[in-house]
Amino acid sequence: MSNFRLNRRDLLKAGGALVVTFPLLPRGTTAQTQMREPQPGPPAADQIDSWIAIHSDNTATVYIGFAELGQGASTALLQVAAEELDLGMDQIRTVGLDTHLTPNQGGTYSSQAMRRGGPQVQRAAAEARQALLALAATQLQIPLASLRVENGIVSGSGDDNVFTTYGELIGDRRFNLAFTGTAPVKDPSSYKLVTKPLPRNDIPPKANGTYQFMQHQRLPGMLHGRIVRPRGQGAYKDGIQVVSIDESSIAGIGDARVLRQGNFVGVVATREWDAVRAAQQLNLTWNQPESLPGNADLFARMEQSPPDDRVAREEGDLSVISAAAVTTGFTGYGPYQAHVPFAPNCALADVQTDTALVLCSTQDVYGTRGKLAALLGLQPPQVRVQYVEGAGTFGHSCWDDCAQAAALLSQLAGAPVRLQFMRWDEHGWDTYGPAHLGKVKASATADGKLLTYEYEGWQHHWSFVETTEQTSKGTPAAEWPAMAAQQINPLVLGGQYRIPNIKLLNHHVPGVDYLKGAWLRSPLDLALTFVSEQAIDDLAFQLGIDPYQFRLQNIADDRWQGVLDGAARAAQWQPQQAAQNLSSDEVVTGRGIGLGTHLASWGGAVAELEVNKRTGVVRILHLYGAIDAGRVVNPSNVENQIISQLIQTASRMLHEEVAFNTTNVTSLDWQSYPILRFMEAPQVTAVIVQHIEQEPLGAGEEVMAATAAAIANAFFDATGKRMTAFPFTPARVLTALM
Amino acid sequence: MAAATTLRLNGVEVGVTADVSTPLLYVLTDELQLLGPRFGCGLAQCGSCSVLVDGVETRSCVTPLSAVAGKQITTLEGLPVLYAQSKGLQSPPAYTPLQQALIDTQAIQCGYCSNGLQIKATELLMLNANPSEREIRTAMNGHLCRCGTYPKILEAIQLAASTIRGEA
Repeated sequence: MSNFRLNRRDLLKAGGALVVTFPLLPRGTTAQTQMREPQPGPPAADQIDSWIAIHSDNTATVYIGFAELGQGASTALLQVAAEELDLGMDQIRTVGLDTHLTPNQGGTYSSQAMRRGGPQVQRAAAEARQALLALAATQLQIPLASLRVENGIVSGSGDDNVFTTYGELIGDRRFNLAFTGTAPVKDPSSYKLVTKPLPRNDIPPKANGTYQFMQHQRLPGMLHGRIVRPRGQGAYKDGIQVVSIDESSIAGIGDARVLRQGNFVGVVATREWDAVRAAQQLNLTWNQPESLPGNADLFARMEQSPPDDRVAREEGDLSVISAAAVTTGFTGYGPYQAHVPFAPNCALADVQTDTALVLCSTQDVYGTRGKLAALLGLQPPQVRVQYVEGAGTFGHSCWDDCAQAAALLSQLAGAPVRLQFMRWDEHGWDTYGPAHLGKVKASATADGKLLTYEYEGWQHHWSFVETTEQTSKGTPAAEWPAMAAQQINPLVLGGQYRIPNIKLLNHHVPGVDYLKGAWLRSPLDLALTFVSEQAIDDLAFQLGIDPYQFRLQNIADDRWQGVLDGAARAAQWQPQQAAQNLSSDEVVTGRGIGLGTHLASWGGAVAELEVNKRTGVVRILHLYGAIDAGRVVNPSNVENQIISQLIQTASRMLHEEVAFNTTNVTSLDWQSYPILRFMEAPQVTAVIVQHIEQEPLGAGEEVMAATAAAIANAFFDATGKRMTAFPFTPARVLTALM
Repeated sequence: MAAATTLRLNGVEVGVTADVSTPLLYVLTDELQLLGPRFGCGLAQCGSCSVLVDGVETRSCVTPLSAVAGKQITTLEGLPVLYAQSKGLQSPPAYTPLQQALIDTQAIQCGYCSNGLQIKATELLMLNANPSEREIRTAMNGHLCRCGTYPKILEAIQLAASTIRGEA
């Protein structure tokens, strides 16, 4: 070993890294230590090199297949990797999702980042560490069992001058090892990083404005593009029919020109403002048939759909309802709701004869690549898709449509094109969270035990064909095949409780006759618990039992009880039957409780609100949300996720409903589709039920359903009336109070 | 193309070529390639594009270039300098007290709305370094956040206000 080398202790003081320069890299630049050559992916999932690279400066790059959406997943997954590798957080980083660099872990949805991504990253890191220690044992001539690692510095002899580092052992060379998944992972009791509320890496650059969002990306020689569509979509099956275009209507707006393929129309220009003006001034006529039900007839039409039914769960015998002490029946309605990210989607595409580069805010780079390749007439490996964070999207907003439209404009223009959707494009052409109609009938015995539960739910599936593909190629509208989260969810429809006799029936509505649909944070669940948990609450009310106590005595298991207790304790819940403090005051207050989740984890919530009986305005005062997501890797991130869900649920329960008439959607901006504002933001209390011994589960959407239910039940507590539809607009509230 | 308009931007004079009817936002983002002001709605409804014009929060997406000629424009990039000037500091801090508060409270999620929120909160704190919760909520009510960070942003603004008062 060389004389000028720091000893182990001094190197540790310096953080373990031999060269300390690890800023978040702006896209397009290459770190001196980033060694992997981009090539068409996905890289082989069974190779350690596909997941982890150790650099000669004793740092590591972890290649992760999950997107940073502002939820902190990139920081939390690095915590998992650093923990297993015995590296410091300042010695480890990741790169943006890229089909030429990062593995395919599936899309970043269904709260899968920590649940599915965490264990994969953890095992890859453990296996890399095992391989590094084997190399170190040979180099240092120290038995493997005696080696210890700190900040990537391997030692074991007790002599501070006898050590090596990961960087020296393998720096910038490949492991060439199969990823077997067999290396032992650390015992949770020894964790130094996992379960710690470490600050997120992405916040400082977001705070000082140096963070580069998707909307900031540029390419040399690019044009600015805008799409031209009717303001607000019609029925999915109808697509868009162009009747006529008068291209002379944009003559004189810089170098703006019209690009068209089939019924897909866009404009491009050198200057962005010219593209904006050209898209607005282009004179075209459309044919939009009157084939939608409109908000007024939506649920009646859904209920009359031809039968396409599936029993989602059936146990016991519903006829025992005749022996029940109390019964309840309830029909409720959940509206279409929009993703509408704070900034509309943006994409940047450079399509050439046999290659394409597309930057966009997709939550699934490989899924988007496949669709783009089909659209452009290329093979998937010829297309490179890079994820760049845009504004928080909370499900499938217009990213695929925007990426496809940008790529098509680039192909048609013969130049790179940056496409920024306008506000009305994003609002009006979203794949909305589908509307839901639910009917529940339930009963309980005199001693307060749930006896029967029956639920029927109507909704359509998600849209499979994007509008760009539909309009440019004439591809017919089509729905996704049946799968979880598009149908009624047994976990939140009585799954919170022990119910001996239960039947859940799903009615699939033909989605091509309605608005486009896709997953919106906690898909369907808010509507499901809005209906179901009000029925549970009503049984408690009829029995004269406190709604928390009634849930407790019917609770399905300890995990549900943990979040129920967590929320109730945080709210200092005092037992009392609901609606016992009704008053003639103009403003009345109430509290409610609810349980719900999405496809994993457990959520419990309490809501406190006030209702102005004269104006119909509902003000949510305080929301308490408890999540059990198994082992929480980063409690600070999950606290933020809970707060985010509480506020968004308040917004969705009070304000959000996509408006449409028989022709088209009319929710086109923040005035026609209002969301919760600063003045209305309730106080929030986040409760994490930590289970360090369990595998991590999702925490990004699992307390919304409980919160929706708690809000609905609080309304009843305040007024003695039940809301049958949300959002709780003043008009609906005044009708309910009549 | 020769510079047609001179802007006083973050304390520096810069020439821009865009037509004077162009909304300021497109000049800042495209011609000057700033990262602070950013497109959100183009309708002055969300606050994403906000800048300070002579200290007043202004929606740059609907403000033509001609309307800001000769006025002092401050963007997110200029907030540390503005803060240093207002406090008579020798040099601008790496992060303004508000930015440090956003980091300390981990208030930011996607962070796209942070530009407008910071511009508006800066305007407020320059006028009133001891705002009540209601004054903060009232001032911020025209700025939207889709991630649901309002409670943490409120906490961060209160924290920043106390820092600023401490440095008075």
